[in-house]
Amino acid sequence: MTQKKKNIIEREEVVVKFVGDSGDGMQLTGSIFSDSAAIAGNDLATFPDFPAEIRAPQNTIAGVSGFQVHVGKEKIHTIGDQVDVLVAMNPASLKANLKWVKKGATILVDADAFDEKSIEKAGYKDNPLTDNSLESYLLLKAKITTLTKESLKDMGVDTKTAERSKNMFALGMLYFIFDRDLKQAFHYFETKFKKNPRLADINKVVLQSGYNYADTIEALESVIHVGPAKMKKGRYRNITGNVATAWGLLAAAEKSGRPLFLGSYPITPATEILMELSLHKSLGARVFQAEDEIAGICSAIGASYTGSMACTTTSGPGLSLKSEAIGLAVITELPLIIVNVQRGGPSTGLPTKSEQSDLYQALFGRNGECPVIVIAASTPDNCFYYAFEAAKLSMEHMTPCILLTDGALGFGSALFRIPKMSELPAIKPPIAKANEPDFKPYKRDPETLVRKWAIPGTEGLRHRIGGLEKENITGVVTTDPMNHQVMVDLRAAKVEKVADFIPEQTLDGPAKGDLLVVSWGGTYGSVHQAVQKVQAEGKSVSHAHFNYIMPLPKNTGKILKNFKKILVCELNSGQFVNYLRMKFPLPNFYQINKVQALPFTIQELTEKFNQMLEEK
Amino acid sequence: MEPNEIINPTVERSTVQLSKADFESDQMVKWCPGCGAHAILSALERVFPKIGYRKENFCLVSGIGCSSRFPYYVNTYGIHGIHGRAAGIGTGVKVANPRLSVWIATGDGDSLAIGGNHFIHIIRRNVDVNIILFNNQIYGLTKGQYSPTTPMGKVTKTSPQGTIEHPFNVGELVMGAQGTFYARVPDNDINLMTEAMFEAAKHDGTSVMEILQNCIIFADKVHFDIISKEHREENMLVVHNGEPMLFGKDKKKGLRINGTQLEVVELGKGGITESDILVHDKYNPDPGIHLMLAKLAPPHFPMVFGVIRSAIFPTYDDLVEEQIKHAKASSKIKCMDDLLNEGDTWEIK
Repeated sequence: MTQKKKNIIEREEVVVKFVGDSGDGMQLTGSIFSDSAAIAGNDLATFPDFPAEIRAPQNTIAGVSGFQVHVGKEKIHTIGDQVDVLVAMNPASLKANLKWVKKGATILVDADAFDEKSIEKAGYKDNPLTDNSLESYLLLKAKITTLTKESLKDMGVDTKTAERSKNMFALGMLYFIFDRDLKQAFHYFETKFKKNPRLADINKVVLQSGYNYADTIEALESVIHVGPAKMKKGRYRNITGNVATAWGLLAAAEKSGRPLFLGSYPITPATEILMELSLHKSLGARVFQAEDEIAGICSAIGASYTGSMACTTTSGPGLSLKSEAIGLAVITELPLIIVNVQRGGPSTGLPTKSEQSDLYQALFGRNGECPVIVIAASTPDNCFYYAFEAAKLSMEHMTPCILLTDGALGFGSALFRIPKMSELPAIKPPIAKANEPDFKPYKRDPETLVRKWAIPGTEGLRHRIGGLEKENITGVVTTDPMNHQVMVDLRAAKVEKVADFIPEQTLDGPAKGDLLVVSWGGTYGSVHQAVQKVQAEGKSVSHAHFNYIMPLPKNTGKILKNFKKILVCELNSGQFVNYLRMKFPLPNFYQINKVQALPFTIQELTEKFNQMLEEK
Repeated sequence: MEPNEIINPTVERSTVQLSKADFESDQMVKWCPGCGAHAILSALERVFPKIGYRKENFCLVSGIGCSSRFPYYVNTYGIHGIHGRAAGIGTGVKVANPRLSVWIATGDGDSLAIGGNHFIHIIRRNVDVNIILFNNQIYGLTKGQYSPTTPMGKVTKTSPQGTIEHPFNVGELVMGAQGTFYARVPDNDINLMTEAMFEAAKHDGTSVMEILQNCIIFADKVHFDIISKEHREENMLVVHNGEPMLFGKDKKKGLRINGTQLEVVELGKGGITESDILVHDKYNPDPGIHLMLAKLAPPHFPMVFGVIRSAIFPTYDDLVEEQIKHAKASSKIKCMDDLLNEGDTWEIK
């Protein structure tokens, strides 16, 4: 069956992108391909790139949907700057994505889709498959739609179903190109179409046909092999940031013994957390889809008052709507976990795109002196741990905690080493005991300044709390001037004291030097990789990536003082750098910012690092 | 259909007989002297011991406004929230802990203006909470601006030429939102208030009690033409379940259906007897008549008071419990370790 034995090219890492029309099934194709890589032992990162519209006009640039996956035999930190293999199902998707494709890359297209009308709709003057504009790539023109139909002609499949299976033909070709075992995909179809074995068979046939067809292509001289990555022993799974966040919250609920309550309203790109938690009622999760963002957080505050581990999940505009209620949770000193999956703003902004521009809002966006704990996750898989940490800090310190993730983390996936619940730290909320002598709602632990959580239904603890300023200890409503000063100071000091309970800031690289690169949240992957690259060139660069924002780790100032230049990299106009300037008035802060709804590329970062090192 | 008359068994009952004193807080009540809210507070403190739950199982929730200071004045668990959001907070309290008896104190501004969205949605979901809506047709705490229930044309501080807005009828709004319980009571009849509160406690689902309350400072006597001693006989019809809808001097007047409309008739006139009079059925699942009753008002009709609607529908919180119970029984995932290892996973050695 094999025509001519193909050569095998060993690669350290490869970036593959599947692009097509919104309805072409590119997300699914990409996910199956990623799973095959994971099972083959690669490390990986994935990112879906889709328009805000569900079905934008067919064959237009606006309707292009994509899924990018970066696989490798080394640790993968980003989704990759440039694409090695592009699968383009129509002219528009080719046009929209060519700028990300490396020279010399493999481009697989469905030649059937390049008819005159579609070419014109995509904004091409001439057919890009025949005008030699793709000369510098390995162009594989396969009549995917025709071939798919042919492969199914003995099965009596209607045209529509056949056409819809063309993504699996393309995927079959990729399985061949990457020397992957089809078994994993077969298994996937069998599970997914358990109730419809015919559909499973159709997909299998098409996938196999694509695989066989690729073998016959003369132009395809070699197959790519990416060996297994050296990863820490253990059991793994692929996980998106949003699912990891949901699971981190569930884990914290189990660990703390407090039932999970989620009050939320659907908003891109945070909705998946709400959907995921809705699936886990068997773990006792109470999920309330509210009528709006405000009701979402208010229901969570009500649930928190009754002793639940209460959460609300949202994105930027939703956080704006929740501001007043966050203030209520601050003044009532109730635990509350607020997850903000950041997107491009202001206003509706770029709903499906990622940005880090809600940091100011998280830190300062409320009336009055209103401090909350702010932490940020930095990889899709560590969303699990930071969601867990947000819940732990919030409950143990009786104060709201905002967890910042972003669209890229939330939608993106990475391999997740599955922890055992017994390995996770204990969570011990300060719950008041029944008939506790001298119980007072705002009596505090002198060490942590934390008040007790007195749960309705408990004997001997009846009390009232609310949004009006309260007298310290007793909780009686008062406008006494000195008491207000005391309470404002106490609420701030309580949050500052959290610094005693979080890890010290770590540093990657020497503790002293010319350049310290600082980043926070979702930019970890690209900044880390860029720093590594410059370090590998023998230059002295160190990297501090922050996950704890408010309060900052206690050693932050000490780290910053040891560097001649501090470069803060952010996907906003400079919010963290200004926060650091406010906390540490040093003269040597520099910044690199980007607000293009795109991640940093390794190249633009390394260029900036080198420039900073050269300028004296 | 005879409905379940038993107080919600999910809430634990007190083993000792409680009294009004058990619910009186030590806080200074800061409502204006002569404010209708004092009577509402007194009615609630009287009804709580009668309801019989453990005192720790009552939870009061409120938003912002004069009415919303309520939780501070009752010795139970309580949370004073933010403007308009009591329904949201109360939903969270009840869904998170169905073993609590949740009472929301709110006003016409709090629930019908800034909190209108939450008000209709808590009703639509039929969350088992009791809403006491103080309707004084004015913003009191901000000192006298018109509210969503202020009658059209009324001069207030923000409507010097008279309002140009159509007011809400609370009952109509409740039923439009598929409400299952609606009662209207005046603040000058503590027995009627207590009775409605008790009925509200018995009702499983969102109970809305509209209390026509007097604001002595900014909207004094707005309900005078209906609920005052001078007018109540002619202008108030108090409905009782299973009884004919009679009112007026010596209960000689009544309501009957004529075609698709209600009309006022007099007993003894034109051969009208008590058997012609509409009999109140608060349990009727169809809100048609209830809606008609809620909308009646002088001069051509009396205004209807008492429990107008108390229909039996599943409550949101019960359905939540049911789904959780079902999921726990049927799912293979019993703990986080199960979930973490469920589906596609692989070992790296």
